[in-house]
Amino acid sequence: MGDIIRVRGLEKRYGEVRALDGLDLTVPEGTVLGLLGPNGAGKTTAVRVITTLLRPDAGTAEVAGIDVLADPMEVRRRIGLSGQYAAVDEHLTGRENLEMVGRLYGFPRARARARAGELLERFDLADAGDRPSKTYSGGMRRRLDLAGALVAAPPVLVLDEPTTGLDPRSRIQMWEVIRELVSGGTSLLLTTQYLEEADRLADEIVVIDAGRAIARGTADQLKRQTGGERVQLVLADVADRDRTRVLLGEVCRSDVRDGETERELAAPAEGAATLMEVLRRLEEEGIAVLDIGLRRPTLDDVFLTLTGHGAEAPGTARTEEPAR
Amino acid sequence: MTTTVTPLARTVTDSWVVAKRNLIKIKRVPEVLIFVLVSPLMFVLLFAYVFGGAIDPGGGVNYREFLVAGIFVQTVVFGATFTGAGLAEDMQKGIIDRFRSLPMARSAVLIGRTFSDIAYNVLSIVVMALTGLLVGWRIRGSALDAVAGFALLLLFSYAFSWVMAWVGLLVPSVEVINNASFIVIMPLTFISNAFVPIDSFPTGLRVVAEWNPVSTATQAVRELFGNTGGAPVPDAWSMQNPAAYTLLWVVLILAIFIPLSIRQYRRAAG
Ligand SMILES: Nc1ncnc2c1ncn2[C@@H]1O[C@H](COP(=O)(O)OP(=O)(O)O)[C@@H](O)[C@H]1O
Ligand SMILES: [Mg+2]
Repeated sequence: MGDIIRVRGLEKRYGEVRALDGLDLTVPEGTVLGLLGPNGAGKTTAVRVITTLLRPDAGTAEVAGIDVLADPMEVRRRIGLSGQYAAVDEHLTGRENLEMVGRLYGFPRARARARAGELLERFDLADAGDRPSKTYSGGMRRRLDLAGALVAAPPVLVLDEPTTGLDPRSRIQMWEVIRELVSGGTSLLLTTQYLEEADRLADEIVVIDAGRAIARGTADQLKRQTGGERVQLVLADVADRDRTRVLLGEVCRSDVRDGETERELAAPAEGAATLMEVLRRLEEEGIAVLDIGLRRPTLDDVFLTLTGHGAEAPGTARTEEPAR
Repeated sequence: MTTTVTPLARTVTDSWVVAKRNLIKIKRVPEVLIFVLVSPLMFVLLFAYVFGGAIDPGGGVNYREFLVAGIFVQTVVFGATFTGAGLAEDMQKGIIDRFRSLPMARSAVLIGRTFSDIAYNVLSIVVMALTGLLVGWRIRGSALDAVAGFALLLLFSYAFSWVMAWVGLLVPSVEVINNASFIVIMPLTFISNAFVPIDSFPTGLRVVAEWNPVSTATQAVRELFGNTGGAPVPDAWSMQNPAAYTLLWVVLILAIFIPLSIRQYRRAAG
């Protein structure tokens, strides 16, 4: 088998907004695809089409070779979804939530109960399992929701922004959970706004903007598109700026970029050797720096290069030209 | 695994699982119950003591005795709001999406919801009946007729549940549902014989009231409980055959709103 998810030319409009504008993507079986894009890029809309919740205006989607539009029931048997907002019933306990989902997958009562117990253990919710889930923290809710997606051990998982709104600790915990999951061979489509998250979890990344894929590749491939490593420094004294600029240009034999503040400068580097050479020359010339280091380009840089705007720019969905 | 289960059996188990989930909420959020129970209680007491002296239902029947069937009908019709509000809340919280992403019977969420809401109605009928007994209402017909009367009330409210299910999926906002149902149900119950005898309306409104299913449901329940005394019944066919006419409405509403609601569920928020 090749691709467990295959999406071609998806289009979906809401009035003037093109939420999806010809989206193509594939997830090879057993891999993690990160769908990376800013708020409003169309990630949730794409997820809703793939998980049979929404009919697109045009285009096709297949999960495990099954057409999502023609046979949604078969797709639902194979897919586990954890949506952007944890869809747990807050009046039910964690255990009751999971048992209910098991029963709705068609499990007999005993099996649903056993599975709920297993998942509570695995997601570190066993102690809280018999409390109504409205008493749970955001991270616990999210884990419960993810556990709900795993009840039937589906071969395909879809997680829509699994760590949005979590505190850093819960986020890292969630990453560990997800990594452990996919090490077992589950195919995963993961959407995220966080560049770091895609970098850490995904085998491949599709960058989505205004409802279409604008780039695809591994994190490294995408980073290379924006140039390689660079040496970046912060001057102690702004007066040294021009001298340092010349110095950097000589060592790096390239254009020097201004940083975010007047004190910051950056230039392409070839590993630690460049950094050492820059340090030696700074010492020689008696230029003091507050900070200096090698920086790999972040996916944020990638986004900027690809779209001309940062990843966090709001309201990026493309709207129709007004009719004249 | 569970591959040999028939679609019907699947629908039944899935609906039961959903209904059970809703019933757990009654247990966990008893505050909701208080509202369900207090408002009919207040209605019985207000009407009985505030308007009671001013209204003569005719036929030598005590107004309180006349009133209780009307309050029963009004309350169970309002009870349908719960179905709409419950579904609206589930839509807002993404629970409907969770259900829709599962390989479950597609009518089960709605069947489960409408059935579990019968529990609210049963509870409020019990409270109203007890309050009614306290203010002087009595069942004067046979036990069998009384059972038929309660059954008719539940059927009537069940039909309205499906109307509100559709509205709840269409307009997933609890506030809007509550306000909309108030705006629709208030006139429906006030332009009827629920609180005043039908011949007290001016001609135009009287015709509306005579063919209003709330009137006929009330009339049927009054007759089954033996609360009509010798009061003359209007000539309209609907009022002469109130149970049959009410059941016609029940069938009509279900025939329209079950498919409509299921369709809306399948495309919910699409
Ligand atoms: N139900 C809807 N009605 C109207 N507009 C919508 C709806 N769902 C999404 N949109 C719009 O479609 C675009 C893409 O939304 P979405 O898929 O939720 O983006 P993301 O998940 O990447 O943040 C946004 O501009 C959003 O406002
Ligand atoms: Mg989203």
